Amino acid sequence: MPDIPASQSTTEHEVPTAGAGDAQMQAVPVEVPVAEASAIRRFLLSRGNSAIADRGFHWLMVLCALSIFGIVILIAYELVQRSQLAWAKFGLGFFFSAFTDPDTHQPIYWDPVNGHFSALPFLYGTVLSSFLALLFAVPLAIGTAVFLTEMCPQRLRGPLAFLTELLAAIPSVIYGLWAVFVLVPILREHVNPFLVKSLGWTTLFNDDNPTGLGYMSAGVILAVMILPIISSLTREVMSAVPGSQREAVLALGATRWEMIRIAVLRNARIGIVGAVILGLGRALGETMAVTMVIGNSTDLPGLLKNHSLLANGSSMASVIANQFSEASDDLHLSALMEIGLALFIVTIIVNALARLLVWMVTRGAPAQRN
Amino acid sequence: MDGVATGLAILSTLLVVVPLIAIFIYLIIKGASSLSINFFTQIPKPVGEDGGGMANAIVGSGILLGIGSLIGIPIGIAGGIFLAEFGRGGKLANAIRFTADVLNGVPSIVMGIAIYSLIVVPTHHFSGYSGGVALGIMMIPTVCRTTEEMLLMVPHSVREAALALGVPNWRSVLSITLKTASPGVITGCMLAFARVAGETAPLIFTAFGNSNWTVNPNEAIAALPLQIYVYALSPYDEWHKLAWAGSLVLIVLIVAAVSLVRYVTSRGVLKGAS
Repeated sequence: MPDIPASQSTTEHEVPTAGAGDAQMQAVPVEVPVAEASAIRRFLLSRGNSAIADRGFHWLMVLCALSIFGIVILIAYELVQRSQLAWAKFGLGFFFSAFTDPDTHQPIYWDPVNGHFSALPFLYGTVLSSFLALLFAVPLAIGTAVFLTEMCPQRLRGPLAFLTELLAAIPSVIYGLWAVFVLVPILREHVNPFLVKSLGWTTLFNDDNPTGLGYMSAGVILAVMILPIISSLTREVMSAVPGSQREAVLALGATRWEMIRIAVLRNARIGIVGAVILGLGRALGETMAVTMVIGNSTDLPGLLKNHSLLANGSSMASVIANQFSEASDDLHLSALMEIGLALFIVTIIVNALARLLVWMVTRGAPAQRN
Repeated sequence: MDGVATGLAILSTLLVVVPLIAIFIYLIIKGASSLSINFFTQIPKPVGEDGGGMANAIVGSGILLGIGSLIGIPIGIAGGIFLAEFGRGGKLANAIRFTADVLNGVPSIVMGIAIYSLIVVPTHHFSGYSGGVALGIMMIPTVCRTTEEMLLMVPHSVREAALALGVPNWRSVLSITLKTASPGVITGCMLAFARVAGETAPLIFTAFGNSNWTVNPNEAIAALPLQIYVYALSPYDEWHKLAWAGSLVLIVLIVAAVSLVRYVTSRGVLKGAS
């Protein structure tokens, strides 16, 4: 029991030896010939009361644990401090409005040379690419989780689960490399022309971007990256559904799919939503792969004129990665810091929400692992 | 309906597995063909010259990860010990657990700019130290939460036995409880290590990268993921090949770490860590 103060346990040990006198003390070594026992005894006699050491250890652990608080507060403090300049100049409008050019009456969003900054294009890029990623990833992740927990032969389960977990271990920059040299050419040569041809009438797909980079590519690679986390968490909440629920539904004559729909998916739905939100948190902050394929344009295509999903853009994380090291003046740096701060706050909220939901479901039923 | 659902589930599993296999095949084909002994022994050469390698980036990554582990592992384990042994069920422990989860979700790029303003700005130069600190901080939550989980799996009777022998509490925690849980704790450390080994975003503004040979952590230092990023976006074929080779080396290291962990834990005393 960690709560027992060590001084108490040492006194418990000392009381019989002190009270019983020398005769018993001498008898002990004869009766206990084991070497370890005597080593512990010698150690104890050399230490005496360890209350101070214990208290010191306790406080050291508390200090290390508290340093986690410290780190989060320090990060928040630095970001707030360094973004003061942009905050003072643009206020909340930084995220919503744009500077209008007096000559051409065109909105200007990001103009480091003249000191006009607005995060709107990057907000749009982050939201759009994450939304596309969820659109692709969620059905696939749930399908995979259903297959692995409910249908898969026992022999395949381990290796397949391991494979999907391996996806999570691949560094973001390698996804980016693969996307640049394999995924983007495939999208450019085969998928995008098809989309333009068959779905061009929705005005969501314009073929005015010959590079293949853009929101769509970013969304696809993000989907590949957040699949493992959504699918493994979904698997976890699905395994937390008691077997008796499944049996009850099957006993009523349901087919396997009806059983999965009624017993498993319905019971696990809150947890699945939590897993999806957690995946969203990952997608919002993902940097390297997105930076490599989103095209890095700081323009907002203009929601009314051109909202093509194939256009070049930037996300909040990618604009920081791209421009931070070349930002020379303080306002530019400060604007990038403010984007970082916004990203920090949004991911905290999203993660907290997701943890809460996952915790609500898995609480009580310890998740079975493979 | 039943058949359709089964088909869809199998199809989605295939769609998930295919990219993974595709990535690995490409890495092996493209990476292995441009991998040579020079890759491990030479530093990058200017554009146009043949050959060149990433020796400085491999060593630099090692230094950065070393600094990161020195910071992240002790603090993470200590935090885990607090959560499991001292603060169990308390309000403070819950708050710290939650904060660790929050820290885990902070995007790595945000960590990068925070460390930039915390260390690089006051010292006026990019350094290996700042990169190491960024990686170390990113390791803390993973190490902390795994340590806690593993310590909670150690039966109470083990602690009670140690204390009944009169062992001081700190000694009991370190050499009895933590030692019993050590396979799981090591797993957590390895997973955290594997995770930050591929991190690029926090290094762009801290370690910065360096095309010369350096082992001084007080200077800008090269790192494998950083080098891959720079080479992948360059317009030169020669550099693209090096990027593939670097990715292969990086992924082999990471997969080896993860598989080792899985192998050890699957036959260790404490299962269920990965």
